[in-house]
Amino acid sequence: MQQIVIDPVTRIEGHAKISIQLDDAGQVADCRFHVTEFRGFEKFCEGRSFREMPAITARICGICPVSHLLASAKTGDALLAVEIPEAAVRLRRIMHFGQLIQSHALSFFHLSSPDLLLGFDSDPNERNVMGLIAAHPELTRSGIRLRRFGQEVIQILGSRKIHSGWGVPGGVKTPLSAEGREAILGMIPEAMQIAIRTMDLYKHTLDRFHEEARFFGSFPSLFMGMVTPSGGLEHYDGKLRIIDATGALVADQLEPARYQDYIGEAVETWSYLKSPYYKPIGYPGGMYRVGPLARLNVATHCGTPLADAELAEFRQLGRPVVLSSFHYHYARLIEILFCLEKMTELLEHPDILDENVRAIARRNRFEAVGALEAPRGTLFHHYKVRDGGLVTWVNMVIATGQNNLPMNRAILQIARHYVKGDTLPEGMLNRVESGIRAFDPCLSCSTHAQGRIPLQIELYGADGRLCDRVERP
Amino acid sequence: MSVKTLMINGQMVSASEDQTLLDVLRENGIELPTLCHLDGLTPIGACRLCLVELAGSNKLHPACMTRITEGMEVTTHSERLVKYRRMILELLFAERNHFCSICVINGQCDLQQMGYDVGMDHVRFEYQCPAVEVDASHERFIMDHNRCVLCTRCVRVCHEMEGAHTRDVMGRGGSSRIITDLNQLWGKSGSCTGCGKCVQVCPTGALFEKGRSAAEVVKQRDFLVYIKTAREKHLWIQ
Ligand code: SF4
Ligand code: SF4
Ligand code: FES
Repeated sequence: MQQIVIDPVTRIEGHAKISIQLDDAGQVADCRFHVTEFRGFEKFCEGRSFREMPAITARICGICPVSHLLASAKTGDALLAVEIPEAAVRLRRIMHFGQLIQSHALSFFHLSSPDLLLGFDSDPNERNVMGLIAAHPELTRSGIRLRRFGQEVIQILGSRKIHSGWGVPGGVKTPLSAEGREAILGMIPEAMQIAIRTMDLYKHTLDRFHEEARFFGSFPSLFMGMVTPSGGLEHYDGKLRIIDATGALVADQLEPARYQDYIGEAVETWSYLKSPYYKPIGYPGGMYRVGPLARLNVATHCGTPLADAELAEFRQLGRPVVLSSFHYHYARLIEILFCLEKMTELLEHPDILDENVRAIARRNRFEAVGALEAPRGTLFHHYKVRDGGLVTWVNMVIATGQNNLPMNRAILQIARHYVKGDTLPEGMLNRVESGIRAFDPCLSCSTHAQGRIPLQIELYGADGRLCDRVERP
Repeated sequence: MSVKTLMINGQMVSASEDQTLLDVLRENGIELPTLCHLDGLTPIGACRLCLVELAGSNKLHPACMTRITEGMEVTTHSERLVKYRRMILELLFAERNHFCSICVINGQCDLQQMGYDVGMDHVRFEYQCPAVEVDASHERFIMDHNRCVLCTRCVRVCHEMEGAHTRDVMGRGGSSRIITDLNQLWGKSGSCTGCGKCVQVCPTGALFEKGRSAAEVVKQRDFLVYIKTAREKHLWIQ
């Protein structure tokens, strides 16, 4: 038995380690994606008031703080047991779309484009953002601009780019100003142009990735995502739908608050990442994927013209369900379009400047769940509080965690395809990493930890001897 | 009332003899950080932030407690004083758990502002990270001991202004705590009138009204001097 450990996974947020098990014949037997640091954010929250939780949890992740902020504020709404003002819902949605756009832009342009546009086997020294700027200056610039657009939306609403404490139990702190509305509306056309141009470019290069699409985690699994009452794409406040690899409905309109009834969380000794699964099917068979790909697979429609047209084309990639995790990239681009269309719609709502944006109430419940679709997939916050609203228990089910099993599957599949014997060609290495990057895992947040650890590849012989070791700069 | 003349940082200044040195300094536009002092409450000289040097004395003197005398020579910002002030603030931050970015009073906090004022860009002492209680048992207020700097403003306002003496200090050194009654939960206190004066005078996020999220607390302190003056001058029994 030989074991190859791939370490570090560069260009993903946070950190991880991969080990690949070879059997005696030098064939890949098993793969594990280890996440090895744990900071216990849940512990940190205990004893604090639930009203502070949005600001606290927004600090779990530097990439999608708004998702935690809003999931936490929604949990707070449920603890108050109030219906928050409609204007607050609209504003929260807009900020959330800003978050989705900036996070997707980061994933697509900054982290994945070097592979996608320069090629997986291009010179590793140039296959990075700098190399991308040299080869595709215009595109790189658009990527930066699109990300900035998302950040600016967040800033205009919350008056801070990241870690804004703007979402609070009961609504939001401040209404949108007329100038703020104009400013966002004024920026949308350029953002839209970038999204459309990138989509065209990407579709033209898609043919080059036949092999990647087949081997980058293309396997049957369940898919889970939020949908509107009519089954449309939803990111902020829907019910959950689960489908299987044939597109058949497994469950629909599930109440997110009851997630514990249908989602189990397995704990493996080799990773701090919990491995959630669909309970009725069991572990590990109940493996499901979340995130952009899953959302587009479960939704019957997007509900906006441009996104719907793209969705129809996207569906051609796999009927009835797009199974390849490689297409997370594509799905992200469609979601960006959708967010921009929806944002425009919301900003044009006659009551968007309404100043009644906060319901005042006291704690009326002792336990509540808040859920939404974060950029990487369904995010649940679950708090128990005692008298006075002090948090006694916290559970967060995070998108990257839910994609843990599928990511392991994807790595196994890629390794089986590319790893032959005990040599580690650069192209293979990068493909394993890219396979993971397709899921855009945010490891700092899924273990609720921060920082990076250096990673390396290690290859172990059948006798447990270290045969080879590769380290990434 | 007689007028005294004194030298402040080499500058000749005159003031009336019933003034404290802190009053005189402020009158002359010299700012010193203060935490335990609050106009309207009896000064106690607890926080030591307002320390100054007086010619002819090796000791450092808290300006808030020092009566002016004729010919006094005062230095307010010597190298030593600036160093000590910063050190005191660092120790306050290291003693309990301060996370300004998520704190209810972020942006309006006296302690935080003083940190900025003295240029405290980091803390050189080891954070103690004590396990400290939050008392949310009161109907309307929360006492978060994590943010308390033991300035006792709340204790004094409760005793001197409200006359309830609900609050006091228990323990010694690092384990000192502000308590309500005989160390009961605030919500169970028989003497607390719920007036909220303590909440308003607290310089940090240790005392605040329920329902506030991060950076939402603003304190109202004008009432203090108003009540005190009215009481002393018998403004309401004419
Ligand atoms: S009380 Fe003041 S210094 Fe302490 S955490 Fe809050 S804002 Fe910071
Ligand atoms: S609770 Fe506030 S006012 Fe009272 S001693 Fe602590 S910091 Fe000072
Ligand atoms: S203000 Fe003078 S010692 Fe605290």
